[in-house]
Amino acid sequence: MRKLLTAFVGSMALAAAPLALSAEATKELKMAYDADPVTLDIHEQLSGGMLQLSHMSFDPLIRWNKDLGFDARLAESWERVDDKTMRFKLREGVKFHSGNELTTKDVKFTYERLKESSDYKAIFAPFTGINVIDDYTFELVTAEPYPLLLNTATYIFPLDSEFYSGETEDGQSKAAISKHGSSFASGNLSGTGPFVVTSRQQGVRMEFERFADYWDEASPGNVKKIVLTPIKENNTRVSALLSGGVDFIAPVPPTDLDRIKRDKDTDLVTMSGTRIIMFHLNQDRVEAFKNPKVRQAVAYAINQEGIAAKIMKGFATPAAQMSPAGYSGHNESLKLRYDVKKAQELMKEAGYEDGFTITMMSPNNRYVNDDKIAQAAAAMLARINITVDLKTLPKAQYWPEFDARSGDMMLIGWHADTEDSANFFEFLTFCPNADTGAGQYNAGNYCNPEVDALVAKANVETDREKRAEMLQEAEQRLYDDAAFIPLHWQDLAWASKKNVKLDPILNVMNLPYLGDLVVE
Amino acid sequence: MLAFLVQRISQAFLVMFVISMIAFAIQDGLGDPLQELVGMSVSLEERDALRDEMGLNDPIYVQYVRFAGNALQGDLGISYFYGKPTLQVIAEHLPATLELVIGASLIIMVFSVPIGVYAAIRPQAFLSKFFMGISTVGISIPVFLTAIMLIQLFSIGVTIEMFPTDTGWGAWLNGALSTDGGLPSYGRGDELTHLFGTWNSGFFSSDGLWHLVLPCVSLASIMLPLFIRLIRAEMMEVLQSDYIRYARAKGLSSGRINFLHALKNTMLPVITVGGVQLGIMVAYTILTETVFQWPGMGLMFLEAITRSDIPLIVAYLMVVGLVFVITNTIVDLIYGLVNPTVKLTGKKA
Repeated sequence: MRKLLTAFVGSMALAAAPLALSAEATKELKMAYDADPVTLDIHEQLSGGMLQLSHMSFDPLIRWNKDLGFDARLAESWERVDDKTMRFKLREGVKFHSGNELTTKDVKFTYERLKESSDYKAIFAPFTGINVIDDYTFELVTAEPYPLLLNTATYIFPLDSEFYSGETEDGQSKAAISKHGSSFASGNLSGTGPFVVTSRQQGVRMEFERFADYWDEASPGNVKKIVLTPIKENNTRVSALLSGGVDFIAPVPPTDLDRIKRDKDTDLVTMSGTRIIMFHLNQDRVEAFKNPKVRQAVAYAINQEGIAAKIMKGFATPAAQMSPAGYSGHNESLKLRYDVKKAQELMKEAGYEDGFTITMMSPNNRYVNDDKIAQAAAAMLARINITVDLKTLPKAQYWPEFDARSGDMMLIGWHADTEDSANFFEFLTFCPNADTGAGQYNAGNYCNPEVDALVAKANVETDREKRAEMLQEAEQRLYDDAAFIPLHWQDLAWASKKNVKLDPILNVMNLPYLGDLVVE
Repeated sequence: MLAFLVQRISQAFLVMFVISMIAFAIQDGLGDPLQELVGMSVSLEERDALRDEMGLNDPIYVQYVRFAGNALQGDLGISYFYGKPTLQVIAEHLPATLELVIGASLIIMVFSVPIGVYAAIRPQAFLSKFFMGISTVGISIPVFLTAIMLIQLFSIGVTIEMFPTDTGWGAWLNGALSTDGGLPSYGRGDELTHLFGTWNSGFFSSDGLWHLVLPCVSLASIMLPLFIRLIRAEMMEVLQSDYIRYARAKGLSSGRINFLHALKNTMLPVITVGGVQLGIMVAYTILTETVFQWPGMGLMFLEAITRSDIPLIVAYLMVVGLVFVITNTIVDLIYGLVNPTVKLTGKKA
């Protein structure tokens, strides 16, 4: 497989050589993430790391900008034909790394492959088809009016259909998506993106070279070569930056923020993120949690600001709801409600003045300081006489426990793949239903059909304002009901040497657009 | 000799069989490998289908029989994460670990013998006491702490401004205590020389050698004091023995006595301990490799555990078991060479 890749890359480099001289991109960037991409097949897994690779070696039809709006990329323009159809116009003259030209047949191929991918098929479920009008025009069709059509289009990174078609030497289909074992696509790549993969040693290093025929000539990016090294250990990653071994690192651990700020040769960029960290209160396991008063008491007993300040070192934004600011469902009027007196009163009213004992579970290596957050929450609950028996587990062991709902309170962090509030409700608070998959991560078994109906209605409302109102009302009702205990949105942090101009290419999705990166 | 080797080979098989059984038995405790393979929003049915495809829904003994059958044909399975045969993954990571161990062993050999011998010959000298003191400190500091300190001192650099800079002596002291840094703090560097197969070596370029410095020093830091103390103690004992007295009485030069007659007998137990420690050193590489992001087997193993990459974990444990058996066999053979009175099993005296 590697031979194939190098052979392909080799021929690429030869073809690109004369052009590369005239390109203005000259800088080399050494960067360290906490992990490298698990595969070269961007449809194999839906994860932050894979999307970061997608933005380096591929281009989406449209992409999010800093203000959570959309920028045209491979789609030049788009218009709604009717409430179920959106027509896109493709950019002309875009070349893949293989030299093939991008047309609608590549988009169709990509769309169909996405529908096959186990990680992506849920996101593309509302879509019923793709109509190819001509080489540069196509339409995406949904079953119902779908307000998130454009959000979803940010996941369409056209693949080189010619490159991924046919069979390999041992008779495997090149288009096959393999979750385990290797496939053609997991070791070979041809996209339209700014960087060509020139070598890859999984878990060790990955090298990229700027694509000489990259279509976006307006891009200010001047990075010619990228060396990506995965450095899992936080301390080592920070040391690598401070010692000058790398130019750019992400993520930056909260404990080292000050150290990097103090260093005069490095820049730190932080942003409030969109991943909500929260607790579910399991009503099936604990009778008391069926009582809204008890749930509210818990909500009043938890000091989100305290956790954000003391445990997260200010590296989190305290939350009173799931939707972060900027999302359509974000309800400004929902305030943090830490008040121990009120919490004690509520427990008294509910008849649980003497409290009770529950179990709590949390991962200890999944989210930033996850186990410490759980410890703090357990201590806070002691003040309303709820005794907590806390168990923290590594993530590989935690999720099977989570699926089995084996704790009375379980911690989870969630990032909406669609960058939209409805996703939070669908996975975290919908009435659990094994057939439809609704409420798959609702470990509280909280069930409020009215709120579910409201969100479902919002999901076919294409008027953005009306839709936002509905989602905000849903947040309000869950807040009043204390359906879950929100804690905070985890902040994001990146750090680089001073000459690497990070700020313009970063966003809350944590997808650095490295193609546009300027290094002085 | 042949009987000895046959015995060792059958031992190796037994060891690997037991290890694979244990590794299989604990796999349920390691967690769900699927968590690393699929995104959060993948439905339970999809997960179950994938589990079926991978054979994870079968009872453990069925899985073990399937594994053992393949293993007998030399196939130790495919790593979930790397998507490649586990032995190939290990082969790719093995050279980095071996180079780290070789580098650390060289440091240990070069320093432990002279220092140990010196401390035995002149136990009361200031320098001996100094080395013994340092070695106590070295043996008590955990290897990851040593590593982090080394990185801070020699990679990042420390600026000391404790003393008044406007005075000559203050500036001099500040300068003397501050370090520049600049040594590589992670990985194996850009210039590796391809030797054969999966072996890319860092021994043949200055860049590769510089990258080896800090990891090897911190790995050696834990073993070096141990060997110094061991050589010193053994040497002191040998120096008391009768044949050394006779040699002295005979009027041989002290250099000849110390380095030819005494040292040879000192080295016997050192070789035994060294062989066992070499195996243990492979275990210590896990910590060193993690801190220095050294792409060897230790780091690979640690990551395999967090990802519950069971085939890779099983294969790693079996390979390490094999390494232990092989090093012990080699140690026994060397032992026979150094001391002809030692007999290998199965050979009549």
